Amino acid sequence: MTIELNRVNFAHAETPEKPVLAIDHWSLSAGEQVFIHGPSGSGKSTLLNLLSGLLECRDGEISVLGARLNTMNSRQRDKFRANHIGYVFQRFNLIPYLSAIDNIELARSFSARCADRPTLRQTEDLLCSLKIEPSEWTRPCSRLSTGQQQRVAIARSLVNRPEILIADEPTSSLDQANRDNFMSVLMPLLADHKMTLIFVSHDLSLAQYFPRVQALDEISEAI
Amino acid sequence: MTLMAISVAIFVLLGIEHIRHQARDSFASTVSGVDLIVGAKTGSLNLLLYSVFRVGTPTDNISWASYKDISSNPGVAWSVPISLGDSHQGYRVLGTTTAYFEHFSYGNKRKLSFSAGTPFDATHNVVLGSEVAAALGYSLGAQIILSHGIASTSFTQHKNHPFQITGILDQTGTPVDQTIHVPLSGIEAMHARGSGSLGIDLPKEPPQKTIHEDLTPESITAFLLGLNSKMMIFGVQREINTYKKEPMLAILPGVALSELWQMVGLFEDVLRLISALVLVAAVLGLGAVLLASVRERDHEIHLLRVLGAPPYYLLLLIELEALLISLSGMLLGILLLYLCLALVSDNLFASFGLHLSPSVFTSDGFMIMLVVPGAALLTAAVPSMRIYAHARAYDNH
Repeated sequence: MTIELNRVNFAHAETPEKPVLAIDHWSLSAGEQVFIHGPSGSGKSTLLNLLSGLLECRDGEISVLGARLNTMNSRQRDKFRANHIGYVFQRFNLIPYLSAIDNIELARSFSARCADRPTLRQTEDLLCSLKIEPSEWTRPCSRLSTGQQQRVAIARSLVNRPEILIADEPTSSLDQANRDNFMSVLMPLLADHKMTLIFVSHDLSLAQYFPRVQALDEISEAI
Repeated sequence: MTLMAISVAIFVLLGIEHIRHQARDSFASTVSGVDLIVGAKTGSLNLLLYSVFRVGTPTDNISWASYKDISSNPGVAWSVPISLGDSHQGYRVLGTTTAYFEHFSYGNKRKLSFSAGTPFDATHNVVLGSEVAAALGYSLGAQIILSHGIASTSFTQHKNHPFQITGILDQTGTPVDQTIHVPLSGIEAMHARGSGSLGIDLPKEPPQKTIHEDLTPESITAFLLGLNSKMMIFGVQREINTYKKEPMLAILPGVALSELWQMVGLFEDVLRLISALVLVAAVLGLGAVLLASVRERDHEIHLLRVLGAPPYYLLLLIELEALLISLSGMLLGILLLYLCLALVSDNLFASFGLHLSPSVFTSDGFMIMLVVPGAALLTAAVPSMRIYAHARAYDNH
């Protein structure tokens, strides 16, 4: 299994009496693409933060790519995340004053996997494969169109060749056309790279793109 | 704005330090090789200021007889009498002898040298300081009329005693550049009875008259002494200060300069305090701006954490930002200072005789340049610790 959760209970430190997630068992195979939906504030982002090691789980077991996140310290989890997990954010979360190349290179700088490779060339190849014109590479991201920002965000999440891609409501601020465009770019790339995808959204219309669809309340009993 | 505030603070701090050092160097180099300055009884600072810096007014004269008596002391190697009180277009006239050009030194015991002409050898000859010649456009052979008193505009001119320019001195960066040097006999000739001074029309005296015994002055303003041995300085000083025939004061130029620095030291401290406060305000402003930026960078912090940046990386990022802003501010401030020095150095020299070297880097300046980034790093500790705590908060949930 690529991801496996057993008897995971999580509550925020401020409200220990109010569990956010209570997962008895949940798993995901290599290359599987799952769509998790649920209302806002239901704990979707918390689940993603636990899977990426941003949040520490003290109760239960979280195994990702065979590594037990529970047994790692903060620094080890940071390194693990940089090396194995790609992330696409809500509103893409690009640094507006950096260029497309710099935004992508930023993700490379924390990963040990790409340290011995010619970095810039690989980034440029990625931008080419995502059909971003070379003239746009060095422009600040704030001056790129929504469609271009989507592609840069996808390029950033893929640049370290992660085994797992996490998408946290990446289409929530997009209109129908941009949303469809985003999915049409993302899904073939994942198939090509045989990546495991966890896609979280409250928008059920996106479920059509995924072979596996789960509501969060099917995964966690705390809701 | 923060960058500008730091630039201004650096500009003010380094500028004050630079001018302070340059002023001290300039003052200290104004007179060198002179063991004692002797004048009428007054304050030592006053004697130093009017005899060397041409600032202020002499309180009284000393007799020529006393001067000759002390000059004949076996310990005295050389003596230079000086007589002040006249001027020309705002520049002070100094009556002296040719010994002045032989013995007066400035800087590191550098002798006076001529850019054109020779020392005076006749009563109505004059030697100009470099700045006087340049400012008034005078050249060798020209004749000038001196005025009675030291005001820049005088109604009492020694019209019947035109002086011919025989020499122009090289630039020294001292008040010598702003001085008009005439023979003591010339001073005496101008002020002698029946000389036609003060605008009274008498036949003009031929300017080529040689120095004559009749024109020996009765009194002078002060005199400079060089002694055969430094060991004798205090002995000769005591002799002069206890001279029975006439009350006189002998001062050591270095000691008097120290008194001067003590007086201006308070003013310097106030200036330094003000500029230090400007710097503190700028650095605190930097801290406030960084703190505000931390609040606005929530998405950026989250992004960096997700990409794998450890909390200490974020802490260092803010510290590095503070360091870069402070270094950029310093660079800007130094460039601004260089620009200002290039623009005002000529005016400062013309107005105050103060030479400013183009290099602003002194030991104190280097200290300031170490303190500024240090203070910026210290101030940035608050926002950087906050961002660190924010990043760590994920782990503590």
